[in-house]
Amino acid sequence: MLLRHTPKEIKERKALTINPAKTCQPVGAMYAALGVHGCLPHSHGSQGCCSYHRSVLTRHYKDPVMAGTSSFTEGSSVFGGQANLLQALANMFTIYDPDLVAIHSTCLSETIGDDLNQIVSKAIEDGKVPEGKNVIYCNTPSYIGSHITGFSNMCTGIVKGLAKHTGEAKDQVNILPGWVEPSDMREIKRIAAEMTAKIVMYPDTSDVVDSPQTGEFQMYPDGGATVEDIASSGDSIKTLALGSWASEDAAKLLDSQFKVPYEVLDIPVGLSATDRFVEALANAAKVEVPASFVSERGRLVDVITDMSQYLYGKKVALFGDPDQLIPLTEFLLDLDMIPTHIVSGTPGKKFTKKILELCAEKAPNVNVKNGAQADIFQLHQWMKNEPVDLMLGNTYGKYIARDEDVPFVRYGFPIIDRIGHSYFPTVGYTGGIRLLEKMLGAIMDKIDRDADDTQFELVM
Amino acid sequence: MSVDKKLPDPSKLKEEILAKYPPKIARKRAKSMVINDTKLDQQIQSNVRTIPGIITQRGCTYAGCKGVVLGPTRDIINLVHGPIGCSFYAWLTRRNQTDPGPEGPDGENFINYCFSTDMQDSNIVFGGEKKLAQAIQEAYDIFKPKAIGVFSTCPVGLIGDDVHAVSREMKAKLGDCNVFGFSCEGYKGVSQSAGHHIANNQLFRHVVGNDDTKPEGKFNINLLGEYNIGGDGFEIDRIFKACGINVVCTFSGNSTMGAFEQSHMADLNLVMCHRSINYMAEMMETKFGIPWFKVNFIGGESTAKALRKIGEYYEDDDLKAKIEEVIAAELPKVEARAAEARKRTEGKLAMLFVGGSRAHHYQELFKELGMETVSAGYEFGHRDDYEGRKVLPTIKVDADSRNIEELKVEADPERFNPRASDIKLETLKEKGLEVSDYIGMKSDMADQSLIVDDITHWETEKLVDFYKPDIFCAGIKEKYVVQKSGIPLKQLHSYDYGGPYAGFEGAINFYTDIETMLSTSIWKKLKAPWLSKETDPCICAEFVA
Ligand code: SF4
Ligand code: SF4
Repeated sequence: MLLRHTPKEIKERKALTINPAKTCQPVGAMYAALGVHGCLPHSHGSQGCCSYHRSVLTRHYKDPVMAGTSSFTEGSSVFGGQANLLQALANMFTIYDPDLVAIHSTCLSETIGDDLNQIVSKAIEDGKVPEGKNVIYCNTPSYIGSHITGFSNMCTGIVKGLAKHTGEAKDQVNILPGWVEPSDMREIKRIAAEMTAKIVMYPDTSDVVDSPQTGEFQMYPDGGATVEDIASSGDSIKTLALGSWASEDAAKLLDSQFKVPYEVLDIPVGLSATDRFVEALANAAKVEVPASFVSERGRLVDVITDMSQYLYGKKVALFGDPDQLIPLTEFLLDLDMIPTHIVSGTPGKKFTKKILELCAEKAPNVNVKNGAQADIFQLHQWMKNEPVDLMLGNTYGKYIARDEDVPFVRYGFPIIDRIGHSYFPTVGYTGGIRLLEKMLGAIMDKIDRDADDTQFELVM
Repeated sequence: MSVDKKLPDPSKLKEEILAKYPPKIARKRAKSMVINDTKLDQQIQSNVRTIPGIITQRGCTYAGCKGVVLGPTRDIINLVHGPIGCSFYAWLTRRNQTDPGPEGPDGENFINYCFSTDMQDSNIVFGGEKKLAQAIQEAYDIFKPKAIGVFSTCPVGLIGDDVHAVSREMKAKLGDCNVFGFSCEGYKGVSQSAGHHIANNQLFRHVVGNDDTKPEGKFNINLLGEYNIGGDGFEIDRIFKACGINVVCTFSGNSTMGAFEQSHMADLNLVMCHRSINYMAEMMETKFGIPWFKVNFIGGESTAKALRKIGEYYEDDDLKAKIEEVIAAELPKVEARAAEARKRTEGKLAMLFVGGSRAHHYQELFKELGMETVSAGYEFGHRDDYEGRKVLPTIKVDADSRNIEELKVEADPERFNPRASDIKLETLKEKGLEVSDYIGMKSDMADQSLIVDDITHWETEKLVDFYKPDIFCAGIKEKYVVQKSGIPLKQLHSYDYGGPYAGFEGAINFYTDIETMLSTSIWKKLKAPWLSKETDPCICAEFVA
């Protein structure tokens, strides 16, 4: 057994987190910053954080993830990190020539109390930022929230640093996609294009962390939302913020700063959330939903009607990030599956409330917990007490899945032992089919494996 | 075996690299980039601060302490005191294999778990000591471990939490659990290296020497600086067993608290990774009289050599005969595989930028493959790892290193027992054993090879461009950067999830993996066919028409 010390008996914990279902803010900020074209993320703190964040993103994407660090030493921890950051900015612009640098803080610089606003102003005053280049920043103390909070904070930082209001309204809709994969961002753009909806989407990591192998390394890949596009978002007619945790704050800022109204939607994972997204986008962009979407949707519904016998009544354990877990839970309910145990390390009271609302009718006994000590140790203990038929979560779930012999579908961050998430979306109707294919594959592989010779089926 | 081609002169390359840097930085980096002349004593600036913004490979002290040295021990709960991230990233990512041992499947093994106090803003403001004490209690209540190690991350030092005091209190309170702390905040020192030192200190202070039971073997050794990545330690253990050598404790691959506690009862310390563990070897020598020498189990020849050194040390004919028997049984297979692989690897170029010893050790394997190492350097080595321990007295201790505690160690009044006389050690030295010594990487590298310490991203790009190596060895952050340049990269921290690479079987695995990487055909198809045709004017003309 891999997790042989995990007891069935649950003891309440107040201080100890075991096997977390979240990580820290800066990695989210770094990921968001990669979704701006020509951007070099910068970690203001000791170099360990930066090394860890680059490593986990690299493992997840199997693609280069470049970022600088202020490389704090004991001295900078005592006297503050201003000198390090000024030097870092000068060096990065001289040596690596990015269009912009996106700074996020770390626990260390936050605890010291470094004032990024002041340091960046000083860098500009001192001429450390070349003409035409930008520096944006956000605060990402990891003792608050999670990696999702950091992603959200950088989205806000992008708006603060780059969005503008020219007074000339633009006939376009802003989409803040939330923390989704490059494949999902690509799919959202495809959906919008198919609907002829004009959108500006950021961050956009497609063609950045799923960059092609051509034999030539590009420090700044072709993808990423451009500074011009982001600037224009202050003139858009509306913002669709996908996922309250990752996108709402930036949308709010676009509203308060530039009077761009916003609507918060779920990330379009599964049937119902995609329905809402498609309608909301059509309304916002004042376009018709094209006929092709009836077919796209129909294909997803078709798979569900074809295969529902393998899904109906199956219990599911899932862990990950709130913005994904909410529509995913809804999707599972649409499939007549039973969300049984749900855990997210990301705090926010409305999460449990929302899940309980969704599950009230079909899965009233759902176990749900988020925030501090909501970890996958807890999830595992729940699973020992009430076994499930399927588990969804990031790569760390595989230790539980193997011990408990539960079919497992990788979903979320990080996925560091399989590929696919970069290339095949799980958003939209087509993404729904991929999710179904994966879930059915896992469930049916187990049926095949466990069937004895007489009951082994050819057609399923 | 090695290719006796003269290497290209990298002086121009060095100039070009430095030209891009602001003058002050160019001056600093110049001292860390040395064109090797084996006849000269050249200084290689290392273990100095990384320049902010330069894009480094390096990590932090905490990573060196928790991740490297204590990470592989299976029956201790490693509790990280700090915000969640530091613990999350060090969760299982180093591939330390563990085997629950004689207790069977129910043996203690916490390796697959990640423990954190997950500090919140209130803990930062009001202090986290209470939460830490509570977390230790909860860990104890659930798991009943023999030991709990507490690791400090950056904010902890700043807010002034005293992890040592909390650990002491909890140790007293729990009674049967050894609780001890590490002040390994990431801002200390200049790289992972400081963390190794801190880990050595605390293990020495709180664990080593706690159990005076005599080990059972006839030849009792400790293997220091071997972390069982990809099962390296298992392969070395297999070889030792075949030779009749008993490993009391490995620091720290697949180790247990019990083994650490008893390790001072061994006759001899063998040092693999000099950088991360030399402190332990020295302290055990001073306190208990255990001599140490440097070995390398990376490479078939090196493995044979290391075993023979052990034979020399014990001066025991039976042992020597057994060792020869094992070598005779194993080495021919290794050599045969190398000969086969060399058909595809001979004359190819390698570069290695990694760690604090691997960039040196792995050059052996490349030599056995007939490959030339054109450039190499450490991520967190010190001058002694490049130039040899002979330069130790001349290394200036800077402010960053002064912050790392040096334990004052003295001979143990009862237990000090010199295992070998000075005369014997001198004789061994004369026979070429690196007794209390390490000669470093530099003297093993070819003339005109380029040594670069703490290589930056910019330098990596330029080096790849200049040498066009056939294989580049580094870590995960560099992996896809280099591969996107069309050159395969072998990860030498994680072995690209393969291994073992140590010992005889390991050498065979490595040859095969490198051969595979060099023979992978996709590298010849990176360009879309029509793009290469575009340069052909006739075809373009056709398209236009
Ligand atoms: S110190 Fe904070 S920012 Fe750095 S890795 Fe740890 S949790 Fe993340
Ligand atoms: S916070 Fe400090 S200890 Fe944690 S990863 Fe960052 S540098 Fe290392």
